[in-house]
Amino acid sequence: MENGSATKDFITLLVFAVAILTMPIWMAPIGANYPDLLQRFAIYGIFAIGFNLLFGLTGYLSFGHAAFLGVGSYTAVWSFKLLSMNILPALLFSVLFTGLLAAVIGFVSLRRSGIYFAILTLAIAQMSYNLAYSVLTPITNGETGLQLRNYDVRIIDNLFGKVATEGIPSTNLFGITMSGYSGFYFSAVVLILCFWISLRIFRSPFGITLRGIKSNQKRMGYTGFNTRPYLLAVFIISGMYAGLAGGLLAVTDPLAGAERMEWTASGEVVLMTILGGLGTLSGPMIGAVVIKYFENIFSSIGDQRLLEIFSWAPDGLQHALAYVVSPFVGNGWQLTLGLLFVVIIIFLPGGLVSGFKRIFTKLKPIAKGVAKKEGADTGEAGT
Amino acid sequence: MAAFQGRSCECTYSLIHYSPGLDVDAIFLQIINGLDKGAAYALIALGLTLVFGTLGVVNFAHGALFMLGAFTTVSTQALLTMSMKIRDTSITFFEAYKEVPYLQVWWGDTGKAIIDYAVPISLLLVIPVMLLIGLLMERGLIRHFYKRIPADQILMTFGLAIVLQEIIKANFGANPIPVPAPEIVAGSAQIGSWLGMSDAIVYPWWRLIYFLFSLLVIGAVFAFLQLTTFGMVVRAGMHNREMVGLLGINIERKFTIVFGLGAVVAGLAGAMYTPILPPDYNMGMNFLVLSFVVVVVGGMGSLGGAVIAGFLLGILQSFASMNQVNSIIPGIDQIIIYLVAILIILVRPRGLMGREGVMED
Repeated sequence: MENGSATKDFITLLVFAVAILTMPIWMAPIGANYPDLLQRFAIYGIFAIGFNLLFGLTGYLSFGHAAFLGVGSYTAVWSFKLLSMNILPALLFSVLFTGLLAAVIGFVSLRRSGIYFAILTLAIAQMSYNLAYSVLTPITNGETGLQLRNYDVRIIDNLFGKVATEGIPSTNLFGITMSGYSGFYFSAVVLILCFWISLRIFRSPFGITLRGIKSNQKRMGYTGFNTRPYLLAVFIISGMYAGLAGGLLAVTDPLAGAERMEWTASGEVVLMTILGGLGTLSGPMIGAVVIKYFENIFSSIGDQRLLEIFSWAPDGLQHALAYVVSPFVGNGWQLTLGLLFVVIIIFLPGGLVSGFKRIFTKLKPIAKGVAKKEGADTGEAGT
Repeated sequence: MAAFQGRSCECTYSLIHYSPGLDVDAIFLQIINGLDKGAAYALIALGLTLVFGTLGVVNFAHGALFMLGAFTTVSTQALLTMSMKIRDTSITFFEAYKEVPYLQVWWGDTGKAIIDYAVPISLLLVIPVMLLIGLLMERGLIRHFYKRIPADQILMTFGLAIVLQEIIKANFGANPIPVPAPEIVAGSAQIGSWLGMSDAIVYPWWRLIYFLFSLLVIGAVFAFLQLTTFGMVVRAGMHNREMVGLLGINIERKFTIVFGLGAVVAGLAGAMYTPILPPDYNMGMNFLVLSFVVVVVGGMGSLGGAVIAGFLLGILQSFASMNQVNSIIPGIDQIIIYLVAILIILVRPRGLMGREGVMED
């Protein structure tokens, strides 16, 4: 994976694109083929891929990335309110604004590394979360969350005479409404674009420099690299990814709340990245899908549904199984998540991707052996 | 959300609506106002620092230990108030039943008094329970992470915290559970008139007790480390673990016990805090973030620094929430602690009393 050629990269991208775009089809058997969830897969995939650029490449653990997600959402909703319901300006502003914010936060927090960096970013994110709830209520609308209103100005829309006669207009891309499957396909295209950028960064000298920083920052300094600008650059890029994800969240559902900025939300993206595979290309996407899937499917399983699932078992066993499993689903799905997290870190520090790789390398000799034997058999038959 | 519950709870518990000018009385009031919260910060930060200084592990599950202590008290209370149905004789025209705790049935007024003192009694249970949990956690999980990078340690303990939190949520529900303090200390102390200040300065008894209790615990921990042979070995191990190991001392076992000790301190802090803040499953996380900030401000690895920074930040927070301050810089009470932490990390990364070079890469 590390030093793949251009063709290999192109194939990777192609496989990724096909996998993402056909999600509505192959997700159907596991009951995840409704657009609302698929959108979230794509959006949190972007978030996790961006986070992975920072944490995976440089090893700087940011515990405040959700702040960018929240700010991105707020910016997008404000763009809907003030400028236009078209999503392009909204996303543009989300990305630019979070990029600016990331530049400031990165400039401050990248002065320290390791645990201090984690606590700095955590402190800054908590600060913005608290402010969003208290002083900044005129901007964020506090606990209610920022919503669209009938009387929003929408300057650009009004200029072009697209005045909504009744109700709140929906977000659109030049007339295509961004809800349901169109919303998903738009997010998916953005996701593939983001994946491609991340792929390019992984392969570029810039990305290799960042990996050098991860393995030994001091030595990088000795070889003449001023590491700070590289770190700041990747921090800003990563912040922009988060802002874009936040903007897309607002696109699919134009409502922004401060709970998106809470530090547990920052923990969630760390979780996704670790679960999928830190520092791998596709790992964060896999992690995002797994976690969002768990969140949606597992949290909706109630006691009644459990009994249905275990209806194949004899009566007593059925109830016993349902009793054992019930703390882990429904409201308790986070327990499953936490357990999964601990288990992954203990036994599979490389995440699911490394697990697949291990299985693959173990299977390879077996497969080869079978092939050889078959070859020998056919050879005998030939003579 | 839960952060909010915390805040609103403080409001209901806030002392008196006393807003004089910026005089000595007001300043004194703010200082004592910050003491109980500062005491909680100090106790959690003390345990965090103990664990960090000895084992070198950044324990994100420490807040969960605080929460577990609080819920041990909740369980004790539930255990003591286990009730049976008894025929209510005061109602004669139909069969009415009332719930009466077993203790009251068996021992009458003595039983009632025992129930009343549920919180202090629970401490007897908190110590062994938390010690056990701490030892299990260290031997079972954290032990395997000494050689991993700090990020792995953070993430594993973070996952563990989620698990503990969810277990509590599954068993006790998501709502805060009120735990009353003994009735004799339900009111407020007339601190103002004791010290010859305004009579309007009163301070809830339980908060005063909490403050004194925290001093006691902190004193006990320091005495343990400074005056006993065990403590001496631990301190030596904090300085140079390898050397102590070479002297033929099983330093790992001692450190395991220190982890247990840290868990007990966090548990005691949580158990005694229940009358001040009704515990919910999320309380640990809220305190944890602030406690990390406290540890950083005090200086990573410095026990004294953690305690002092805990009290200082508690008091600072209470000053920042004064009306006079808030009207100058709106919202400052929400962010003051983080602001201080950011400044400290940037200007003086080893904190108030930290040793140079700890975790600085």
